Amino acid sequence: MLTEAIELESRLSLSTNTIAVAMSGGVDSSTVAAMLCAEGHNIVGLTMQLWNQRRLAGHEGMPEQVTGRCCSLDDVYDARRVAQQIGIPYYVVNHEDRFERDVVRPFVEEYLSGRTPIPCSLCNNHLKFDQLLIVAQQIGAERVATGHYARVSHDEGRGRWLLKRPADLSKDQTYFLFGLTQAQLSRTFFPLGDMTKAQVRELAAKHRLAIAEKPDSQEICFVPGGDYKRFIDAYLSEQGESLPDTAGDLVTTNGEVIGEHSGIHNFTVGQRKGLGVATGSPLYVIQISGANKQVIVGGDEHLYSQSLRAKRVNLISIADVREPMRVAVKIRHRHEPAPAVIERTGDDEILVTFDEPQRAITPGQAAVFYDGDVVVGGGWIT
Amino acid sequence: MHRVYLDNNATTPVLSEVFEAMRPYFAERFGNASSIHHHGQETRAAVEDARESVAKLLGCAASEIVFTSGGTESDNLAIAGAVAAGDHVITSSIEHHAVLHACKHLEKAGCEVTVLPSDGRGLIDPEDVRRALRPNTKMVSVMTANNETGVLQPVEEIGRIAAEAGVIFHTDAVQAAAKIPVDVRQAGCHALSISGHKIHAPQGVGALYVKKGTRLQPLFHGGRHERQRRAGTENVAGIVGLGKAAQLAKEALGRGDENKMSAMRDRLEQGILGQVDDVAVNGQGTPRVPNTTNIRIDHIEGESLVIALDLKGLAVSTGAACSSGAIEPSHVLIAMGLRPDEARASIRFSLGKQTTEADIDFALALVPEAVARLRELSPTYKKQAGSS
Repeated sequence: MLTEAIELESRLSLSTNTIAVAMSGGVDSSTVAAMLCAEGHNIVGLTMQLWNQRRLAGHEGMPEQVTGRCCSLDDVYDARRVAQQIGIPYYVVNHEDRFERDVVRPFVEEYLSGRTPIPCSLCNNHLKFDQLLIVAQQIGAERVATGHYARVSHDEGRGRWLLKRPADLSKDQTYFLFGLTQAQLSRTFFPLGDMTKAQVRELAAKHRLAIAEKPDSQEICFVPGGDYKRFIDAYLSEQGESLPDTAGDLVTTNGEVIGEHSGIHNFTVGQRKGLGVATGSPLYVIQISGANKQVIVGGDEHLYSQSLRAKRVNLISIADVREPMRVAVKIRHRHEPAPAVIERTGDDEILVTFDEPQRAITPGQAAVFYDGDVVVGGGWIT
Repeated sequence: MHRVYLDNNATTPVLSEVFEAMRPYFAERFGNASSIHHHGQETRAAVEDARESVAKLLGCAASEIVFTSGGTESDNLAIAGAVAAGDHVITSSIEHHAVLHACKHLEKAGCEVTVLPSDGRGLIDPEDVRRALRPNTKMVSVMTANNETGVLQPVEEIGRIAAEAGVIFHTDAVQAAAKIPVDVRQAGCHALSISGHKIHAPQGVGALYVKKGTRLQPLFHGGRHERQRRAGTENVAGIVGLGKAAQLAKEALGRGDENKMSAMRDRLEQGILGQVDDVAVNGQGTPRVPNTTNIRIDHIEGESLVIALDLKGLAVSTGAACSSGAIEPSHVLIAMGLRPDEARASIRFSLGKQTTEADIDFALALVPEAVARLRELSPTYKKQAGSS
């Protein structure tokens, strides 16, 4: 894999090409910058200023001080120091408007419609692999390197760029990258694809990067502490909008009303806590109906479903699903790809039928199709 | 890499004569200017000499000059120093953040603030000042020259209006001093700010002119330095540098050097306007300081152009850097009526005493090509080109 990437690079006469490295201030992207610099490439470090962490500080119970999140001032400081240390030019570019429009707003709206969004995929599609590629090109860097754990290669036979799972499956980020187009993949590469996290940290230490031991950030970058409900309240209040009233009934799978809820955005499929009703056996959120503001609850057995419909599908390794195809499908990031058959059921829709029923298929999440370690493509679960 | 610096409104290099004047004041003549022994006497003398030089540049008495840490402190000292709770302040939407935020802070402390609009040319209307006056107006603060556009404000008229109303007039002259003749009596101001690092003196030093008889509450409490207006051991080396830079500026203005400067600026401006389509000067046709041109270049992202030029060795700027280092569109251009995308597409070129004709040639060789490249990548440019 690495040799393929290297061959590709030499074909593109790398020594004269500038590569932009997307730097977050974290270990992964910092190590990428150091590696590529040490290999003699012409590098420019870029950080995208996507969200002003101080915007909602203090609103509606949001924490006053924010550190350790992507785009916090501390992270930008860290990225800048790494760039200075390895001796590359470094810039911060402001794309807050686009991030708010293409990631934050949809995030809020998805929850308010009863779906569970994945902002990281939207950020990848619109910012990291779209806006950043544009900026890179504008400043004279033909390609972008990031610290994602994934692999890109070019399949000569198919004439297509392929996205593949990385060597370290525990850090596999391909689930969030299913939306990348051929054009985007042709200009991106992931130097960490063949490395384990431990190897990356070792390399960071070897380069004496100050951030070698910095902990990974796990949550959504613009929601400090992970409390998305508080974020939604604070954001809407800052926008001068009132939280829409989506309070309604808690209903069983038989349609029996057994309680009330204060807003559909407080729930996600598979959730057990916070239902406010006590019954003999555990109850889980089975379905959220935005239309009639209902949260449907039921026993564990109701959480299982054998199929899903995916819309706004993006295909990577193939041009189209012309006939039913066997793949393995992930329905959330932390999920073992499950064997399934995919078939096209509409212009923009793919039906996924699993061999075995899957637990808690959640509208708003992504269904990503794998053929071994190749990402076939993916779509949004409806 | 060959580097050309055309961002002198952000900061300027210290001139070698200034540096040489400062040199003895680090290790040889290091005394605290307030000490009574020989070491203090010699630095005290240097500070007072510098004060005379600054006073000569501004047309005032030495006793009317207070040394500070820079333009921001001078602005804050003037504003917070003269205004108390219940007072009204009139300022403008194109002021530097030091003035705007100092006024905003006053609002929290119980003052009323009127922020006057700018017209499309970047000018404040003196009649707006007159109309905004209230019985409790204490101060008017309007800058002499704008840092983004270089546009010169009608300070003499504003000074007259303030005098008639018995109101204190402060002007931030950070971008005007040393570039054009500035005379505090002509401007009719009671307070005027300057900054060392904008006039080829080092960063960390500035001055505030305070008209005799004007009462000022100090910002810093401590020793009785600067006639009890600004506590803190004097930054002797910095002050010496400021004094020398002021002296050199006075001499240069006496020779009419600013005409050479504006000729170079005009050549740069005309060169870009001539070689690039869909451009416009922000502040077109208004009197400006001789070193600045702010040019709007449609259908490009100014931030990307600044970075692309920097990677090729040319330093210019757009907007203002925020705390992360990302750029926010200029509030001045927005106040002038530009849309955010137009403000983001505007680039400021600002020359310095060290700028040469070769530097202008370098810029003219790089800029049109860089713009063309960006436009090739711009969807809006293609759309508009296709429709014409």
